[in-house]
Parts: sequence; C-alpha cells; structure tokens
Amino acid sequence: MRAYTPKDDVQAKAYYTDRYYVAPQVPKQEVESDEIFAADLAALKEKFDVKEAFIQMKQMIVYINASDIYGVLEFLRDELTYTQLSEMSAIDWLAKDNTFEIFYQMLSMTKRKRLRIKFFINNGDAVDSVESLFRSADWSEREMFDMFGIEANNHPFMKRILLPYDWQGNPLLKTYPLEGDEFAAWYEVDKIYGKEARDVIGPEIRDTARVDRYDSERFARLGFEVPKGTKITGNEEPNKQDYQEEGGVFLVKKFTKDASKIIDDPQR
Amino acid sequence: MAQHKVNYSQDGGLPVALTSIDKIVNWGRSNSIWALTYGLACCGIEMMASGASRFDFDRYGTIFRASPRQADVMIVAGTLTKKHAEFIKRLYDQMTEPRWVISMGSCANTGGMFNTYATVQGCDRIIPVDLYLPGCAPRPETLQYGVMLLQKKIRANKASNAQKPKRLM
Repeated sequence: MRAYTPKDDVQAKAYYTDRYYVAPQVPKQEVESDEIFAADLAALKEKFDVKEAFIQMKQMIVYINASDIYGVLEFLRDELTYTQLSEMSAIDWLAKDNTFEIFYQMLSMTKRKRLRIKFFINNGDAVDSVESLFRSADWSEREMFDMFGIEANNHPFMKRILLPYDWQGNPLLKTYPLEGDEFAAWYEVDKIYGKEARDVIGPEIRDTARVDRYDSERFARLGFEVPKGTKITGNEEPNKQDYQEEGGVFLVKKFTKDASKIIDDPQR
Repeated sequence: MAQHKVNYSQDGGLPVALTSIDKIVNWGRSNSIWALTYGLACCGIEMMASGASRFDFDRYGTIFRASPRQADVMIVAGTLTKKHAEFIKRLYDQMTEPRWVISMGSCANTGGMFNTYATVQGCDRIIPVDLYLPGCAPRPETLQYGVMLLQKKIRANKASNAQKPKRLM
C-alpha cells in the first residue's frame, strides 16, 4: 500500500490556477421547509442526540452519534415508518481527519420520503450491526467490511463478500491503487503456481495501448503470423488465412458456390 | 458367386479410402470439437448464440458440454476475475488431452477495459491459449471462424500421443 500523502490539489493543479475556487455544493435547505421531515426530526430529537440536520435534493440528512445507530434505525423503522434500508456504506475521509463517514439510506413508502442517517467513526473503530433490523444490511455490512475494512459488531457472518477470503487490502480505500497493489498484481500467479513462477509468467501488462509488432510471444500480426518466439525482422511472408488447406480436407467436401442452390423465392 | 451391387469399375473405384492414421484421427477430432460451456460474461451470450439454431455450431460437430471431462476445447468467453482464476486452472486440468483453449473477446485476451485490481490481465497468464478472438464482444461469425481455424490447426498437427505438452509452467 502507498503511504498517505495530502492530495488536496495534486491532480487539479495543472488544470486551473484559481486560488479562490470553491467546489460547487448541492444547496442545503432548512429542515423546517418540509413539514413531514420537520415532524420526523422533532420526534428523533426527543429520544436521541442529533448533531446536524438539513435537506439536500429533497432528502433529509441527519448526523447522529455512532453509538446510537441501532436505536435510531429501530425508532425510524417502528415509529416513523422508514421501513426500508436502501443502502449503507462508508466514505473514506482518512486523508482529511482519519475518519470514516458511515451512511444509511432509508426509505418510507407511506410518507414517500427518503432520509439519510450519517455519523463519523475513527479509523479502526467498528460500527454496530443493524442486520437484525434490516436483512439488507447483512450483505451491505459485509461489503463495507470487504471494501473498507470496517467491521460490524454482532454481525452473524462477518466475512468478505466479493473478494476471496485470502485477499489482502481494502480496494475502496482512497490509498488503494486502482490497478492493485503488489499482492493483487501477483494474486493469481502466487495462488496457482507459487511465488517462484513470477519470473516465468512475468508482470501484468497494464498499458492498454501497447502494440509491439516485434513481440511474437503474445499477439501475431494478422496475415503475417509466425511461430511463437520467432524473431520478427519485418520481412515476414504474407500468411494467407483460409478456411481450409489448399489440397482440400480428407472426407470433407470443399464448398463451391456454383454447385450450391440459392433459394430466391422467400415463400417457397 | 454373389452378385455385388458395388461396381468397382465406377464411382471412383473400390469402396476403400486410403489414408494415414494422422489424417483419419484428425478428421475425427477436428469435426467433433466438443466445447466446455464457459460463459463468464457478455461474450457468453455470443457463444450461446453461436450454439443456437441461427448460427448452429452442431454443423461443425461442436457441441457444448457441461463437464470438462467431456470437452475438447475451452472457450473462455468473458472477463476472468482473480477470484475465479484458480477455477479456470482446475477446469483446464480436468479436461482430457488433447485439449485446446479459445480466448474469446478482449477481456479474456488482455483484461480488456477492466484495467483494475480484480481482473486477470489475459487468461493466458493462467492457461495456455491456442486462439485469440478479438472483439468486444466478438460476433458469432468470429467464433465460427475461430473454430474453423482451430480445425485447421488440429489437422496440421500429429495425431499421436507424443503431442508437445502445452503447459504454461
């Protein structure tokens, strides 16, 4: 894995030099602007500690304490009719302040409203599982564990869901390179043939635009094929590709167009 | 003396074909290439279309089998993920020799558009490949042409057991 380096402006620097540029944000509205959400928030505030709440894109976002999550979702489900957990996952803010932001997207079919419960946890902390409240959280929490390494307490089967069990690393972390770290690059070779096969098989070729007409090990030039491993000089004889050999094939008749009958009556 | 219906002096002479062992064995092999159903992604749909009535692989004697032990050719049709890599090796080992591999489509050839941590960058990193079909996904005609080229390749080789082992390692 690479070490964390501040990436505030690394990629964008080359494209703009506006020092006063502020990234556009989705405008936020007061919760009071929607009476259903206002009532929900008031009910929530009576029982739990709400840090921040606002409306974005017609959805209410509520920040709570990490320890309250089970109680909040149970209250939302049983009292406030938010009966579906559409989605839950995490956001990597490790570079900023060493925290993860966890969100739970809720849907109320009767109110026709969506709200999002959010909280922050420190790197290395676990969240409380809500699997016993919502069955959909089962796989979502496993995926969060798979992709971020955040464990869920009291989850019945806290294992990786997509990647193999012996995988190392959490690919949705911002530090994880898209093309994989060294473990990922050699995973299949190490597992199937062993580490000593690395030299034989060689590293992955990641350059998608790579064309090497002098490489006869991998791809052949169409029409100028040579046996594997031949040294290509550029003066190769054209290699006419035909369906069949020149002299015909044993026991197989060569197709001749003249001898075939073409049916020109579509109704026949 | 029994009167034969065969007229030896006509119809090309005797009802006997003279040939070599290589030719007759390769004739049998190349015209009954049973393929392992191995659709890993969208290329698998094109492979199924090739097997269905419009393109009709049965004409080539290519019949899809669900068991590697009954298959001669493995058509790797689709994206090979790193999690699946060990299973393609196991299935390949379970196929009886002689065996051939067609790598179908960009993903199986080079990893294709999936330049990511989870995709094997070409199934030839795991198993030896005889034929690479370009395309994303290749048309069924491409696969048909590939099977014809494979037939040609089979006919060009010796039929004896002393085939050069095609092993990656």
